[in-house]
Amino acid sequence: MLTNNARELLTAIVGKENVETSQASKLVYSFDATPQFQAMPDAIVSPRSASEVAQVVKWCNEQEIPVVPRGSGTNLSAGTTPLQGGIVLLMKHLDKILEIDEENLTVTAQPGVNTLELMEAVEAKGLFYPPDPSSMKISQIGGNINENSGGLRGLKYGVTRDYVLGLEVVLPNGEKIRTGGKLAKDVAGYDLTRLFVGSEGTLGIITEATLKLIPMPETKKTVLALYEDMEAAARTVSKIIASKIIPSTLEFLDQPTVKVVEDFSKIGLPTHAKAVLLIEQDGDAAVVEKDIARILSICEENQAIEVSMAASEAEAEALRTARRSALSALARLKPTTILEDATVPRSEIANMVYAINQIAEKHQVEICTFGHAGDGNLHPTCLTDARDKEEMERVEQAFEEIFTTAVALGGTITGEHGVGAMKAPYLHLKLGEAGVEAMRSIKQAFDPKNIMNPGKMFANENRKRVVVKQ
Amino acid sequence: MKTVEKQRIQQQFQEKMDYDELLNCMRCGFCLPSCPTYIESGKDEAHSPRGRIALMKAVVDGEIEPDEDVKRSLDMCLGCRACEPVCPSGVNYGHLLEQARDIIYQNQKQSLPVQAVRKAAFQGLFPHQQRMIGLTGLIGFYQRSGLRTVARKSGMMKLLPESMQLMERVLPDVPTSKSMKQRPRHLRPAVPVKKRVAFFAGCLMDTVFLPTNEATTKLLQYVGCEIVVPEAQACCGALHGHSGEKQQAKSMAKRNIAAFEAAEIDYIITNAGGCGAFLVDYSHLLKDEPEWKDRAEVFSSKIKDISSVLVELGFDKFSLSLQDEIITYQDSCHLKNVQKTFMEPRKLLSSIEGAQYVEMKDAGRCCGSAGIYNLVETEMSMQILDYKMEQTKATKAKTIVTANPGCLLQMKLGIEKEGLSDQMRAVHIVDLLLEAYENANPPA
Ligand SMILES: Cc1cc2nc3c(=O)[nH]c(=O)nc-3n(C[C@H](O)[C@H](O)[C@H](O)COP(=O)(O)OP(=O)(O)OC[C@H]3O[C@@H](n4cnc5c(N)ncnc54)[C@H](O)[C@@H]3O)c2cc1C
Ligand code: SF4
Ligand code: SF4
Repeated sequence: MLTNNARELLTAIVGKENVETSQASKLVYSFDATPQFQAMPDAIVSPRSASEVAQVVKWCNEQEIPVVPRGSGTNLSAGTTPLQGGIVLLMKHLDKILEIDEENLTVTAQPGVNTLELMEAVEAKGLFYPPDPSSMKISQIGGNINENSGGLRGLKYGVTRDYVLGLEVVLPNGEKIRTGGKLAKDVAGYDLTRLFVGSEGTLGIITEATLKLIPMPETKKTVLALYEDMEAAARTVSKIIASKIIPSTLEFLDQPTVKVVEDFSKIGLPTHAKAVLLIEQDGDAAVVEKDIARILSICEENQAIEVSMAASEAEAEALRTARRSALSALARLKPTTILEDATVPRSEIANMVYAINQIAEKHQVEICTFGHAGDGNLHPTCLTDARDKEEMERVEQAFEEIFTTAVALGGTITGEHGVGAMKAPYLHLKLGEAGVEAMRSIKQAFDPKNIMNPGKMFANENRKRVVVKQ
Repeated sequence: MKTVEKQRIQQQFQEKMDYDELLNCMRCGFCLPSCPTYIESGKDEAHSPRGRIALMKAVVDGEIEPDEDVKRSLDMCLGCRACEPVCPSGVNYGHLLEQARDIIYQNQKQSLPVQAVRKAAFQGLFPHQQRMIGLTGLIGFYQRSGLRTVARKSGMMKLLPESMQLMERVLPDVPTSKSMKQRPRHLRPAVPVKKRVAFFAGCLMDTVFLPTNEATTKLLQYVGCEIVVPEAQACCGALHGHSGEKQQAKSMAKRNIAAFEAAEIDYIITNAGGCGAFLVDYSHLLKDEPEWKDRAEVFSSKIKDISSVLVELGFDKFSLSLQDEIITYQDSCHLKNVQKTFMEPRKLLSSIEGAQYVEMKDAGRCCGSAGIYNLVETEMSMQILDYKMEQTKATKAKTIVTANPGCLLQMKLGIEKEGLSDQMRAVHIVDLLLEAYENANPPA
C-alpha cells in the first residue's frame, strides 16, 4: 500500500491523472502475456518526460520502492509482473518518434513508440527496420529492446540488439546517462548499450533509443513447403543453411498449429500436411530469383510433398500475419497455453524437433511446435489446463527435459522471450553458477537496493516454474 | 455500491460467468490496437478488452470486489466487438460482456432517474410497437406543428445536455402515424421470384426510419424476392440485451422466433446491423432453454443483411448511377464483427457509376453511437466521433454511407457538430442504392 504522503509526492511529479491506485487499475497491470503469473502493484505511474522518469525513480530508490517498467505487457517471461508490489511505470506518454536521420540512416525514438508504427514511419522514407516480433502491432520499442526481441526476419537480419546504436537511460539513482550514439564505430569504454539491451528492466529505464536503419530490400519472394513428416521439414532447414543460403525468413509450423491458425485466419492453409515451412528471400531481384530456385529444389530433394509460391504481396502478407497469430491461436484449444523458447544451433534443429516429440510422448503431454526454425529457435507450446495439478506436474517435467536437451545440444533456455520470473530458476542451466554470480554483481553495481524489477532474472529460491501462482 | 450488492454480484459472477471462456483469453494483447476505448483513453488497460476480461475473471476468482471502478470499466465498453475478429484465440467477448452487465444491472440499485428512464424505455416502450408508433407520432407532431421552431428559437433546447440537443437536430422528419400503421404484409416482385424472404422490420426502422424500410423492400423486389413481413414480430431486443436486461431480451427473442417460423422462407432480411447481429445471437441467448435452443438456431441461421442478399442476387450488376461525387462507408460494428458482412456494402457502393468510392481510414472502427452509449457516455462517445469525423473529412466525401440506424444518427450528429450540414450528408445504404437505381432507371 502506498501511503497518502507517497501518493501526493508522485502526484506532484507526474500530475493527478497519471497516478492510479484503484483496485481495478492495479489488477489490470498485475499480469502480462505469461500464464500463471500475477501480482498486484501498489500504484501505476505514467511519467510524461524523461525527467519525470528520473524524479520518480530517484524517489523510489530513496524509499526502496520497487519499480516495474512496462511497455505493452506482451512479454512471455513474466517480465512485468510486479512480484514484490511497488510501482508499475508506464511508458505510454513517451511515445514520440523524435527523428529519422536519412543521412546517417538512424531513427531516434522514445521507448513507448509502437514497433509497427516505427517500422511504417521509416518505410515511408524507403528505409527498413527489420526486427519484427510477432507482437509488433502491440509491442513497444522499449519492450523490444529490454527483451532483445527477435522475429520472422531474424535469420538474415538479426534481432533487436543488432539495431540499437545508442540509448538514454535513467539509472536507479535517478542519474540520466547516454550510451553509444549515431556512430558506426565507438570503443570508448564498456559497451553499455549492449548491456542494457535485453536487461529486462532490471538495470534502468530506457527513455530514448537511437536505432540503426538499412535500405529497403528491392524485392521479396515467399514460398510455402509442405511435408509428410516433421523431421523432413527440419532437415530441409539445416540443408538450406548448409547450402550457404540465408533466407530472410524460415519458419516452421507443425500440423496442429497450422490447423488452429487456419481456424482463425481462414486463408486456406494446407491443414493436411504434417509440417509446413514458410520461407522468404529478399534482396536484389537476380539474387532472390537464384536463391529461391535453389531453395525450391532443396525442399523437393528433402521430400516436400508440395511447394508453392505466393502469387502476390497481399498473399504473402496474409501468410506472415497468419504465422504471427500462431501462439494466440493455439490458446483456443485448451484453457492454459504454456510456450517455450528453447533455442539450439541451426544444425541441431532436426534433433531438437525429434527430442521434443519424444519428450511429449514420454510425459503424455500435448505439445505443438512452431517457430523461427532458421534461427534454431523453436516454440514448443504445451496445451494444458492449470486446474489439473497432476498434468501440470508432468508439463513441468517435460519442459525441464526440453531445457536440458537444448543446452546439451549447445543451445539455450530462451532465444528471444527473456528470463523474467518465469525462467529465472533455470538461468544457471545455461550460465553455470559462476555465470549467474557475474551477472548478479553487475546488477548489484547498478541497482544496490534492488528496486528495478525485483524478482526477475535471478531466482531467489528453488521454486517451480509453471505451477507457481504468485 | 453497498457491500451486500457487491457480495451478491460477486456470487452471481461465480455462478453464471462462463469460466472456460474467461480462461480462453491468453492475455496476448492482440485485441488492444482494435479497441476504440483503449485508444481514446490514452492506452489504459482498464479500458481494453484484455483488461475487462481480466477484471471479470478476478471477480469470479474472488481476487477483487466488483466495485465502482470495475463497473466503470464495463460501462465504458462500447460493446462494438471489434476485439472479437482480431482475437486469434477466438474469445467470445460479447457474450462475456452481456452476462457481466446483466448480473450487475440486476443486482445494483440505480439512481431513481436512471431507473425511470430505463424502465420506461426497456419495458414500457421498445417491446410495444404500438407505443413506438405513438411516440414517433408525438415527435412528428413536435416537428410539424411549429413547436420545434418555437423550441429552437426560444433557447429552450439549451436546457438539454449537449448530446440531446444535437440529437434533436439530427432526428429525421418522421413519418405520420397513419403511414406507420398501414404497413404491407406481403409483397411480390415484378420479375420472376428467385428467393422467398421474410423482412425483419425493426422497431426504430419501421417508425422513425420508415422510408428506409420502404426502400429496402423495393430493392428486394427489384432483385426478385417475394417478401413476407410477419405481423407478430417485435423489436429484436438488442438494446435490452446489451444493457443488462436479459430477461426482456429473451422474451422478445421467443416472440420473434415464433413469428418467423411460420413462414416458409430462404432468409430473414434485416437492414440494421445492430439488430441483425442480435438476431444471429438468439441461438446463444436461448442456449439454456431446451425447448427453444433448436428453434433459435434455425432462426439465426436464416438471418442475412440486405447488402449481402443484394450481392448474392446480382444487384451490383444493375445499372446504378449518381452525380459525380465521392462516397465513403462507415461500417456498422455488429454487421462487420458479428455478421462478418463488410465486403458486400463496399462492392455495392463501388458499382455505382459516377460516384467514386473512397475508403476512409479505420472505417471499421466504432463511430461511438453504440446503442444508447452516446447518451450515457457522452464524453467518450464524442471523442470517438471527433476522430471519425477527421477520417471522413480526409476522404473529401459528400456522402457518408451507413448500415444501421444508430450509426446513421451518429454520423448526422457528427456532420452537424462540425458545421458541415451544407456539404456533407449521411445516408443509409439502401436509400443511396435506391437513389442510384432510380437515377439510372428513371420510372417511365
Ligand atoms: C502472441 C505473441 C507473440 C510474440 N512473438 C514474439 C516474437 O516473435 N519474438 C519475440 O522476441 N517476442 C515475441 N513475443 C514476446 C513480446 O511481445 C516481446 O518480448 C516484446 O518485445 C515485449 O514488448 P512490450 O512492449 O509488450 O514489453 P513489456 O512486456 O511491457 O516489457 C518487456 C520487458 O521490458 C521491460 N521494459 C519495457 N519498457 C521498458 C523501458 N522503457 N525501460 C526499461 N525496461 C522496460 C519490462 O520491465 C519487461 O521486463 C510475443 C508475445 C506474444 C503475446
Ligand atoms: S481477448 Fe483474445 S486477443 Fe485479447 S488478450 Fe485475450 S486472447 Fe489475446
Ligand atoms: S467491445 Fe469494443 S469497446 Fe468493448 S472491449 Fe471490445 S473493442 Fe473495446
